[in-house]
Amino acid sequence: MNARNSLSRRSLLTGGLAGGFLLAFHLPLRAAINEPVQPLDNTQGKFAPNAFIRIDETGRTVLIMPQVEMGQGTYTSISAVLAEELDADWSKVEVQHAPPNDKLYGNPTFGLQVTGNSNSIRAWWLPLRKAGATARAMLVQAAAAQWGVEPASCSASKGEVAHDASGRKLGYGELALAAQAQTPPKDVAIKDPKDFVLIGQPLKRLDTPDKVNGKALYGIDAILPGMKIAAIANCPVFGGKVGKVDDSAATKVAGVRKVVVLDDAVAVIGDHMWAAKKGLEALKIEWNEGSNAEISTKDIWDDLRKASQKDGAIARSDGDIAKALASGDKFEAAYELPFLAHASMEPINATVHVKPDSCEIWTGTQIMTRVQSEAAKAAGLPVDKVIVNNHLLGGGFGRKLEPDMVVAAVKIAKQVDYPVKVVWTREEDIQHDVYRPVYRDQITASLVDGKVSGWKYKVAGSAVLARWLPPAFQKGIDIDAVDAAVDAPYDFANFHVEYVRAEPLSVPTGFWRGVGPNNNVFAVECAMDELARKAGKDPIEFRKSMLTKNPRMLAVLDQVAEKSGWGQPLPPRVGRGVCVQPSFASFIATVVEAEIDDIGEITLRRVTSVVDTGIAVNPDTVKAQIEGGLIFGLTAALYGEITIDKGRVQQSNFHDYRMMRINETPKIEVIVVKSGEAPGGIGEAGVNAGPPALRNAIYAATGVALRRLPIDRKLLAAGKKA
Amino acid sequence: MSGKMRILTSLLVIAIVAVALGVWIIRGPGPLDFAGGTKVALADYRAGKPTGVPAKLEKASLAERGEYLAKAADCMVCHTKPGEKEYSGGLAFKLPFGTLYSTNITPDKDTGIGNYSDQDFLNAVQHGKRRDGARLYPAMPYTSYTFMTDEDVLAVKAYLFSLPAVRAKAPENTLSFPFNQRWAMIVWSAVFNPDTRFAPDTSKSPEWNRGAYLVEALAHCGECHTPRNLGFALDNRKKFAGAITAGWRAFNISSDKATGLGNWSDQDLISYLSLGHAPSHGSASGPMGEAVDHSFSRFAPEDISSIVAYLRSVPPQPSPDLPATTAPVAPASHRDGVTADARGKKVFASACASCHGWSGESPVSPMATLTGTWAVNDPAATNVAQIVISGTKRHTPDGALSMPAFGNAYTDDEIAAVANYVTARFGAKGSKLTAKDVAELRGQTAE
Amino acid sequence: MHMATTLSINGETKSFDAPPDMPLLWVLRDILGMTGTKFGCGIAQCGACTVHIDGKAVRSCVLPVSAVENRNVTTIEHVGSTPAGAKVQKAWLEAEVIQCGYCQSGQIMAAAALLAATPNPDDSDIDAAMAGNICRCGTYVRIREAIKQAANGRQS
Repeated sequence: MNARNSLSRRSLLTGGLAGGFLLAFHLPLRAAINEPVQPLDNTQGKFAPNAFIRIDETGRTVLIMPQVEMGQGTYTSISAVLAEELDADWSKVEVQHAPPNDKLYGNPTFGLQVTGNSNSIRAWWLPLRKAGATARAMLVQAAAAQWGVEPASCSASKGEVAHDASGRKLGYGELALAAQAQTPPKDVAIKDPKDFVLIGQPLKRLDTPDKVNGKALYGIDAILPGMKIAAIANCPVFGGKVGKVDDSAATKVAGVRKVVVLDDAVAVIGDHMWAAKKGLEALKIEWNEGSNAEISTKDIWDDLRKASQKDGAIARSDGDIAKALASGDKFEAAYELPFLAHASMEPINATVHVKPDSCEIWTGTQIMTRVQSEAAKAAGLPVDKVIVNNHLLGGGFGRKLEPDMVVAAVKIAKQVDYPVKVVWTREEDIQHDVYRPVYRDQITASLVDGKVSGWKYKVAGSAVLARWLPPAFQKGIDIDAVDAAVDAPYDFANFHVEYVRAEPLSVPTGFWRGVGPNNNVFAVECAMDELARKAGKDPIEFRKSMLTKNPRMLAVLDQVAEKSGWGQPLPPRVGRGVCVQPSFASFIATVVEAEIDDIGEITLRRVTSVVDTGIAVNPDTVKAQIEGGLIFGLTAALYGEITIDKGRVQQSNFHDYRMMRINETPKIEVIVVKSGEAPGGIGEAGVNAGPPALRNAIYAATGVALRRLPIDRKLLAAGKKA
Repeated sequence: MSGKMRILTSLLVIAIVAVALGVWIIRGPGPLDFAGGTKVALADYRAGKPTGVPAKLEKASLAERGEYLAKAADCMVCHTKPGEKEYSGGLAFKLPFGTLYSTNITPDKDTGIGNYSDQDFLNAVQHGKRRDGARLYPAMPYTSYTFMTDEDVLAVKAYLFSLPAVRAKAPENTLSFPFNQRWAMIVWSAVFNPDTRFAPDTSKSPEWNRGAYLVEALAHCGECHTPRNLGFALDNRKKFAGAITAGWRAFNISSDKATGLGNWSDQDLISYLSLGHAPSHGSASGPMGEAVDHSFSRFAPEDISSIVAYLRSVPPQPSPDLPATTAPVAPASHRDGVTADARGKKVFASACASCHGWSGESPVSPMATLTGTWAVNDPAATNVAQIVISGTKRHTPDGALSMPAFGNAYTDDEIAAVANYVTARFGAKGSKLTAKDVAELRGQTAE
Repeated sequence: MHMATTLSINGETKSFDAPPDMPLLWVLRDILGMTGTKFGCGIAQCGACTVHIDGKAVRSCVLPVSAVENRNVTTIEHVGSTPAGAKVQKAWLEAEVIQCGYCQSGQIMAAAALLAATPNPDDSDIDAAMAGNICRCGTYVRIREAIKQAANGRQS
């Protein structure tokens, strides 16, 4: 039965619609895409053909963003897609955050207003092009009617409709009201990609000019009349509750207004963050820590290792895996990945004003409608009484796919009649995250004639989707956790993937930039390097021999070999490592060059990535996302690990949860391949590449086959062997 | 007497004399012997009242007076495990030969000192003898507390008995043989415990005598600042010359002008003791930071002045490994000055420069200025490494300033490198710490 | 007791009540409503809160407001009026450095102070001045590029 799952998935691949497993999976949720419903905002005096486009009489073109901007450049790319088909004047384009509304702005993949899974462009590619083209057609119809000519004899460009024969022109502003009266065409034509003038250009980002002068507003920058600021202390042990609170000293701190005791957290509201923070420090809180107070990372790993011995649900099975593993040269390895915190630069925050009959929220979230519905529950109000004002996100990385911070803020704001901005300290942010789960990935393979004959890959770890989107968890398979395991790019004749759900004791887990493919690409690419060595082959040649049916991957791999200087001599203890990845429907090959000194300290010398993401809507954004994603992934490989002791997270801030810095950053070259294929996902892809490519570079330089992250430098000192 | 007997007797006498001489040589002078003046019994001293509490507390209850004295004796820090209830014990002392745990001194009858009579308490504090007769290890500084008056010791007891009883049993000590033989402490105590109460010196001022009582009987400064002899007792020949305790360097606090307190102004000393910071001398960290937070900052101003007066009289002892003068301000640019340790510089640029600046003069707070501190001028870099590992926090009336503990996310190599860079750039002579040294320092600190 | 504090911020004199130990960061954000300066860590480990005090880059999250009386504070809202700040802002947009942008106020302040003191920084100068500023989006490659671009722009 599972073979059928994988068959349909592979038919998608071979059909040229290569998508991440997650995208290919059809979510059993209501579809709600771009229906021509009249929008909720005031469209008086404007051309408002659908939920995304507003053009007023001056030609000012406001595009409403169904996806949120957290740095990935989506506001600019979505605008380019809309403006391309609209033939808008790019210089007149402005963007606006969308309000919560699944019906109007629900992500086509999820049926929910969600920004995640690197799918903004993938999911919206056709719907937005149609939305733009429809609007353009209405503008053209309006002009044609005014001139009394056939619409087909008119053309549009840069915000103007022209009648070529007569040389007449009308701006979109002049046509706005007339266009509003036009009937939208039923089946509008979209452009041939060769006619694109905006898509494919490295357009300047629309959100950055206000980010160089302090004007850009993030959720944490919300300021409202009468607003106070709250600092929060969540129970240090997961699942623990508040016991006794002695606020006698806290209420004496100048500027402290109120101490709010929730079920599992205590907040101090003050005139400013400093008063709130000092008030919080002055509180004496006794926690009922509950049953999780004795849990440590070791317990969690013991559990996971035990669970990973079980047979899992089969996510893919081609050929006869038992037979294949019974012959040939056998290889077995387990790869282990730690808990990780998101640590977006903008600490967790939410501003809420609860009134008797309404609740208004100011925040930056990746899940507008879920925030709205969860806030409604917490406020005890109907959903339509909850207003959510979204903001730019100072990084999201999956943390802001959770509504917990808004729910807590609503509970706090319910206790006062003024607006409250709840700001988490960095310590709270790190210690009360929803963590990237620990994973244990076991690969058993057999080599015959220098190629992989049998490939059995078992993933054990948390099923994030089961919690986050229960309908998507079916037949015991977390399609995120095995996404790039099932989609591994190699043609293995006997290819078997299993998944064991193992939830870590007490620690909440969630999506973390790069999601499931982070563990899959790491395990697959590490194992491929070890297998290449076993087969006595060059790692790239070895991979190529099993990519013959994957021309796009082969092409990027060939190109990265050339650009990275693969094969050219290197000094001692310097190595190159390669990674190829199928994640998010992009085809990417990366080479990291690193030096490991005699005490095991690592210097990143150079990173080269070749990216085929189909049509790159904005090639400069693609480059930027790969550059940044690589740093994000390399940071995790070098330093990232959250550990638990006595039920508490031991890390707290950047001094003990380290980040890569500019003085550790190598030269990074990203080459974006020209392609006419449909766009792939890019925001998370770079994250997948960094850790395995670095690990393989270390393997090449030292011979040490690391199988855990973060990298343990002690294993890399000169003279150490695997 | 036969010839044989005579020879044996002579040998015995020689042996006894040798042991006595050995003991005398090892034991050396007492902590107050340097003063050399005429000592009188406390009862016969009329010039002032060197013991007890400051004047403003004279009328306070016994327990309140005991509280002041308990803080002056800094009982709480050693008898409290971080995060646990005050005075409930359990703090680990990591020694080369095992781990000792401090005891619960709350009035809990089963696990604390609830059953102690006055005499039991005096026996413990002044004589190092537990209620069950077992001997205390000298991690408990009873050889200092022995100078306290009975009245003061019992005031401390009254204070401790006024606190809530906490049920908490300290873990068993894990000392190796022969250090696990408590009876041996009978001999140690006989040799090294002066077992005498404070006797004022009539040749000195009342202020000096008060300072002597505070420093020697209560604050037990010598326990960290005086080097130890072969018997692991204080070697007062080198009184206050500085020593390594619990992995931290307690610097020279003798009156030596170059490496001691000789060149500190009174105001510097007062500020350092009461606030934990003195301009251009740095900030108290580690055990001294705790001593300031929990003890010295609670002292009455006149008591701080008395301590200063007393410290000034301690004869100079050189610290030959320290430079004669601390290094001046480093250049403002990272390019100038010492840049040899590339790894150390990298760590410094990432994690340190924001607060300490490239010159060593903090752009943020004088408390974070490195220039002029002994820590960065110590070519062993002991305290630099320790502060990097475990961080520090200074409380002042104007608020707190802290440095986070980098020890959990930075490797021993990185910590060694940054300590070497910092001592070279901001101190007189760069250290040569290795990763192994840092690992050892981590192992020595109390938890 | 709160005391009336007077600061010179972006060339203007501002008076307000704040406890003397209150970090400048929170004075700017929560009292003066100047939210361009960002809170990132509160322990001077990330640089998001960087401002200029008398032209030098300082972390405002650990800087007590009492320490900056009678000194000139410049924030991201005003750094564009300094020659180095304007060059940096321009180069930042030309190199398309920014992603989420949250750390970039601090990055720009640090870079502007660097260029004001060292008009032609090399890689080691950039490392020394910028290593205290964390960017979680990983824009470091472009930050380096933009600083060099800004420096070259200055020469031409």
